Amino acid sequence: MKVTYYPGCTLRTKAKDLDRYARECAAKLGIELCEPETWQCCGGAFTASNDEIATKLSSVRALKAARDADTPLLTVCSACHNVIKRTNIAMQDTDFAAKVNTYMAQDKDFTTPYNGETTVYHYLELLRDVVGFDKIREKVVNPLTGKKVAAYYGCLLLRPGKAMRFDDPENPTIMEDFIRALGAEPVIYPARNECCGGYVALEDGASAEKKSKKVTDSAVNHGADLIVTACPLCRYNLIKNGSKLPVVYFTELLAEALGVKEAE
Amino acid sequence: MADMERKREQILRISGVNPRKCMRCGKCTATCPSYDEMEYHPHEFVYMVETGEIEPLLKSESLYKCLSCMACVERCPRGVEPGKLVEAIRLVAVREKGGDRITANDIPALLDDEMPQQAIVTAFRKYQK
Amino acid sequence: MQRIGVFVCHCGTNIAGTVDVAAVSESLGKEQGVVFSTHYQYMCSQAGQDIIKNAIAEYKLTGIVVCSCSPRMHETTFRKTAAAAGINPYMVEIANIREQCSWVHKDTISGTEKAIILGKAAVAKVNLNAPLTPGETPVTKRALVIGGGIAGIQTALDIADAGFPVDIVEKKPTIGGKMAQLDKTFPTLDCAACILTPKMVDVAQNDKIRIFSYSEVTSVKGFVGNFDVTIKRKARYVKEDVCTGCGACTEKCPQKKVPNEFNLGMDNRRAIYIPFAQAVPKVATIDPDYCMMLKTGKCGVCSKVCTAGAIDYKAKDEYVEEKYGAIVVATGFNPISMDKFDEFAYSQSKDVITSLEFERLTNAAGPTQGKLLRPSDGEHPHTIVFVQCVGSRCDSCSEKGKEYCSKICCMYTAKHAMLTRDKYPDTDVYVFYIDVRTPGKNFDEFYRRAVEEYGVHYIKGMVGKVSPEGKKLMVQASDLIAGKQLHIEADLVVLAAAIEPDKSARPLATMLTASMDTNDFFTEAHPKLRPVESPTAGVFLSGACQGPKDIPETVSQAGAAAAKVIGLLCKDKLTGNPCVAHSDEMMCNGCSTCEKVCPYGAITYVDKEFRMPDRTTRVRRVAQVNEAVCQGCGCCTVACPSGAMDLKGFAGKQIMAEVDAICR
Repeated sequence: MKVTYYPGCTLRTKAKDLDRYARECAAKLGIELCEPETWQCCGGAFTASNDEIATKLSSVRALKAARDADTPLLTVCSACHNVIKRTNIAMQDTDFAAKVNTYMAQDKDFTTPYNGETTVYHYLELLRDVVGFDKIREKVVNPLTGKKVAAYYGCLLLRPGKAMRFDDPENPTIMEDFIRALGAEPVIYPARNECCGGYVALEDGASAEKKSKKVTDSAVNHGADLIVTACPLCRYNLIKNGSKLPVVYFTELLAEALGVKEAE
Repeated sequence: MADMERKREQILRISGVNPRKCMRCGKCTATCPSYDEMEYHPHEFVYMVETGEIEPLLKSESLYKCLSCMACVERCPRGVEPGKLVEAIRLVAVREKGGDRITANDIPALLDDEMPQQAIVTAFRKYQK
Repeated sequence: MQRIGVFVCHCGTNIAGTVDVAAVSESLGKEQGVVFSTHYQYMCSQAGQDIIKNAIAEYKLTGIVVCSCSPRMHETTFRKTAAAAGINPYMVEIANIREQCSWVHKDTISGTEKAIILGKAAVAKVNLNAPLTPGETPVTKRALVIGGGIAGIQTALDIADAGFPVDIVEKKPTIGGKMAQLDKTFPTLDCAACILTPKMVDVAQNDKIRIFSYSEVTSVKGFVGNFDVTIKRKARYVKEDVCTGCGACTEKCPQKKVPNEFNLGMDNRRAIYIPFAQAVPKVATIDPDYCMMLKTGKCGVCSKVCTAGAIDYKAKDEYVEEKYGAIVVATGFNPISMDKFDEFAYSQSKDVITSLEFERLTNAAGPTQGKLLRPSDGEHPHTIVFVQCVGSRCDSCSEKGKEYCSKICCMYTAKHAMLTRDKYPDTDVYVFYIDVRTPGKNFDEFYRRAVEEYGVHYIKGMVGKVSPEGKKLMVQASDLIAGKQLHIEADLVVLAAAIEPDKSARPLATMLTASMDTNDFFTEAHPKLRPVESPTAGVFLSGACQGPKDIPETVSQAGAAAAKVIGLLCKDKLTGNPCVAHSDEMMCNGCSTCEKVCPYGAITYVDKEFRMPDRTTRVRRVAQVNEAVCQGCGCCTVACPSGAMDLKGFAGKQIMAEVDAICR
């Protein structure tokens, strides 16, 4: 299977592991990741206001590239996924799409207007809905038996639930099922879908510290050995604010179980 | 006064939020992780926009304490979406002349070695026009 | 040629305020066939009706047009007036110039113009009307009550009291419904079982009442006074008439791990079971999903211990066919699933429970023998948080809850809070509310007592998140009056889940052709004036199937439904509707299209001999309408490709004449 792969800015810099393992695991699972020659940063945050057009153009260009390549668009970073998926839904509104396409028409390679046709997958969704967790389980060579893993969803993958359609925003199971498929034991703890403090950390470290501590304390209380996340900013906040548990990207866990990591 | 009414209309229009849908249950404020950092809380944002008290909101630090975590949007039983309202008010504030919350010059002092780009671009998008 | 009289009503200022009634009267007086036209302040009054009667005599009228309110309101009145003066009542037409004209127009010019047009259409129709005579059908003097909760029980008892036989169909093994699961009842705090179980015994002992428990209605045919109903009696693998209810089998059955639905899964029962001690009928039932004998053929313990020989592993579902004159729907309600509200951690912690589960935890016959203990560890909870409106009053676009107020939660939560404080004064009780809604006799006084005498902490605000941490439930909530976010370490959280109609209601409504609202509550014939009747004749509504209700309201509505049923069953014959379909056999080509579209099964086909012009005979297949079954809906007249089907009183040419009059 061929997909258009959108890594995003952070995966090229501070979150290289998230990217590298995603690519290596995809190869192992027979998924061809085609990164467009050019892509632009999604901007990190979706601006819901309906007069914000320029801030959506970079996402629309990525979505359009996938449409033109006749493939789904794959994201790994939670923020990119949130921005691109919500932009795609905004583009399904005819009036809004007309305004954006007017801007887009100034691009050199502009051809057909974009109206939200692309299917956007998060890497985890691709594993669940296209590859299938059963298939993953079959391909595991190093089952992570005995490991108690706390999935940390944060906000961006789940909310707003009506737009993201990722999983039940209050009782998600996708990462837990993923963890089980790798042979580990998921730890369900109430803070898994609460915010780490996000970008406010830049200005107000104390605020982020409070939120992050709540998350890591809750994971510790529920007996986790390890926290997995899909978001570089979540990982940063949790570690920066003294997580007693290691915080790793889900792709790294996958690479370990599939035997990709040790092969390096 | 007329200026505030114009801004109120702008906020309602760009957010798409109808504060009249609020039934004053306070679940948004109950669920808000930044309650302690905020001067005005999600339900107050909704109520004050409804009653036209826009000016204190535009000046409030609370605009920059909201994490955009969307917990209030997700859990509101009436579909009011307070988080979107906060965002629209913040946009109206930063779009003012001199309204930028941060500039590129501020960034180096705020960084550490591990801070991901994601945090910086997000803050720019949220805090600057 | 008709001699038509036109009577324009002012309806006080209701019509005359926006319609120039004199102009309408004058204009219609010039229409073809009209020999008399007048207007009057209240045509429905005695004086108004006398004007009509006198005009009939004086001008030898053959047809009447009354320009007034909706025919739903006074068509019957004016038909009776005409009949009293010697005219066939079906020669009366109503032009609705109130609801469809004066009430929707603001200026007199357009109002008057439209009133004249509506009047002209009615005159055009009367010109083509013919006298009609309704048929009569007999009434089967037996009622069916679907649902055996307190609503169905009360309705059945009241109907039986009037001397008519009643059958109750209940899908569970016992009657009793939700009320049987409750501990105490507000606002008087009498024990639910103490007031319900005597009624259940009354039902069992009443020789007019039959109980079909563990049964379902599978088909309903016919019409008011003459319903044909099929009831499926699910195999309970125990002979109902032989079982003595001794309970020996339920103690010896080796399959002990069946979730006990009567206690909402908070404890286990056996595969053969009697739901509770006072069950009616008190007979055992085998659960085929868990019985080893039925699943694998290996066991048979219950059969060995049953001294009465009541066990029958080979039992099959049986079908009973019965005729009824009236059907009462009493299918009740259920709490909604808490799946979509996991911010309250219902799926994550056993100590987050619904209010109905709380009832079982405080009930002496419940899983804890009435001691309030945490389901997780059996310890006594010291801090309890009640959350109101979980899933009620949600936005219409919400994918989670219901738009309506569930009505009963404020009162039962006050009850739970009060009883907890009464029995366990060392317990801190918080109730988070959006509004406290207590309209009912002695209801607000009850709620105030919970606050003032029992010290329940009522907090205006909502819970945002419940986080199970260790043995505690961390409750994050808002206190809107204090302007605070609260963090309470609770031991037990009780969710007042919204209620919804039972899932069996929707398919039942389809069988009954009874209408429902978007929430699957049955619709009443009129929200104020006919609250216990369905718009489908002969179908009546009792209890929460029509909308959320507490016990006092349910019982009064159940009695009202019974009164309506008794009123129907008292009659020996029902007058039918003469406006039924009939087929012109000469034009019918026997295609069966009408038979397929008829929702009432009123059309059959017969082979009939016809004489041809050349004196030969030919057998042709033609449609025949059963006039007693036909409801006059007109589906067949539209579907008929050869134009053979027509509706008496609403013939194609009459409708076209009305359209022509409007377009003229």
